[in-house]
Amino acid sequence: MAEQGVASVWRRIKAIYTIQGNMCETCGTYYFPPRPVCPECRRKGKLELYTFKGLGTIYSFTVVRQAPEDFKRQMPYVIAQIELDEGTRLTAQIVNVDIKDVKIGMRVRSCFRKIKEFGPGGIIAYGYKFEPTMKVTGHEEKPIPKGKSQ
Amino acid sequence: MSNRVAIIGVGMCKFGELWDQNLKDFTLEAGMYAIFDAGVPGSDIDGMVIGNMSAGRFTNQEHLGALAVDMGGLGDIPAYSVEAACASGGAAVRQAYMAIKSGEHNVMLVLGSEKMSDVNQTEAMNTISVASDWEWEGMFGATFPALYAFMARRHMYEYGTTEEHLALPTVKNHANAAHNPWAQFQSPVPIDVVMKSGMLADPLRVLHSAPVTDGAAGLVMCSEELAKKYTDTPVFIEASDQRSDTLALHDRKSITTMNAVVSSTKGALMEANLELKDIDVFELHDSFSIGEIILTEDVGIAKKGEGGKALEEGITEIGGKFPVNTSGGLKARGHPVGATGVAQIVELALQLRGDAEKRQVDGAEKALAVNIGGTGATSIVHVLRR
Repeated sequence: MAEQGVASVWRRIKAIYTIQGNMCETCGTYYFPPRPVCPECRRKGKLELYTFKGLGTIYSFTVVRQAPEDFKRQMPYVIAQIELDEGTRLTAQIVNVDIKDVKIGMRVRSCFRKIKEFGPGGIIAYGYKFEPTMKVTGHEEKPIPKGKSQ
Repeated sequence: MSNRVAIIGVGMCKFGELWDQNLKDFTLEAGMYAIFDAGVPGSDIDGMVIGNMSAGRFTNQEHLGALAVDMGGLGDIPAYSVEAACASGGAAVRQAYMAIKSGEHNVMLVLGSEKMSDVNQTEAMNTISVASDWEWEGMFGATFPALYAFMARRHMYEYGTTEEHLALPTVKNHANAAHNPWAQFQSPVPIDVVMKSGMLADPLRVLHSAPVTDGAAGLVMCSEELAKKYTDTPVFIEASDQRSDTLALHDRKSITTMNAVVSSTKGALMEANLELKDIDVFELHDSFSIGEIILTEDVGIAKKGEGGKALEEGITEIGGKFPVNTSGGLKARGHPVGATGVAQIVELALQLRGDAEKRQVDGAEKALAVNIGGTGATSIVHVLRR
């Protein structure tokens, strides 16, 4: 039997480390996490692996002030729904930011961080969090048109 | 042939942190009250279904169907346990509705139950969090209140809903619960106390959130023909509908509306051959106050974005045009997760029988309940009529 958390994280490493999802070639919809079936096209769908660019916009957010044991040391932390430029949304923490500066519409990019420990002596899970683009890259604070790479 | 399903008995235990009772004790209490209220001999009950979300995590006990039948002394009748997160209770009602409608069972006991206070507050919240998509939301630090906070923040952004609006369901529901002897919190709460309560996940505060509750509720249900044999005041389930949505909140096109609620409400009203304006009293799932605001819009009481305004205008108070959560709702009656969907039906049946005492909606004839699982991935709607 695997140590607590090991297999459940390891089998998702591609998705969690690189934001790898998939894209349905039939309808052009992007999915994250990768879906086994395209819910739009079902058996007519053709899903291909796709690695997201990791750029997006904050769709909604909150500051967590009561958290499970694994996250207590990080409190208070910002968690958000991020709309990636490909159009799909995911849930992740926002870091490298002053809590009062976070707002809906803020441009963010992914960064690689420690997510949590699976209890004392458990494995450490790493993966994506997001940070404001300006701070790191000097990108302009405007959304990048869909389909255009930077 | 008339083929309606009747509710002939209702029962509840007093909701709260029941430190001196375990799961069996108060589940039995609620079931017994329902059976006594129905006046049905135990030997006439030919099936039992119990709604429960997570007794395995909360109390290290599963197999609740067998447990309930055993403790109730109901013999060897079939016993089913159903789970749909916070909608487990509604799912139990619907299972019994379908079983009776199909003719497989004649008289059924329906229970909903949850024992939450045997674990600490954090563990209780963790257990509730598995109702969302744990691998892609919870594991990244999104607690259950955080997901509802996403909805609240977005609702404020899209429609100008205010912090005052977010406090209104709590104030109204506590005022209603003051007249409900089964409710966990029977004292009114002033708005400034709600607005100054501790922050859980901005903008949601402790007093915007349903509490940790132990409790159970029960119904006795049977076919319309049989109902006459047992009672002069049957309440009929005119319609039952259930719809699903994506498990993860981030997979929905909009997070300020719950599609499953919109479609299950429409479906149920159509099945009942009624319109929303015909409904006299509602129970809407208010696990967080933003939930009641969104549901007020999604069932059609208010236009999209105007749920807060409807509360402000008092439309959903007792005495208003569309009274919502006369029982006190999940916020003040309490939210023993698996019991909630059944407790909603208990309240509406009492209202339709005219037995709701000081919180009675005058002349209520038709009622509608919405029970939600997770962040809206399951929605179960029942329409009742006396």
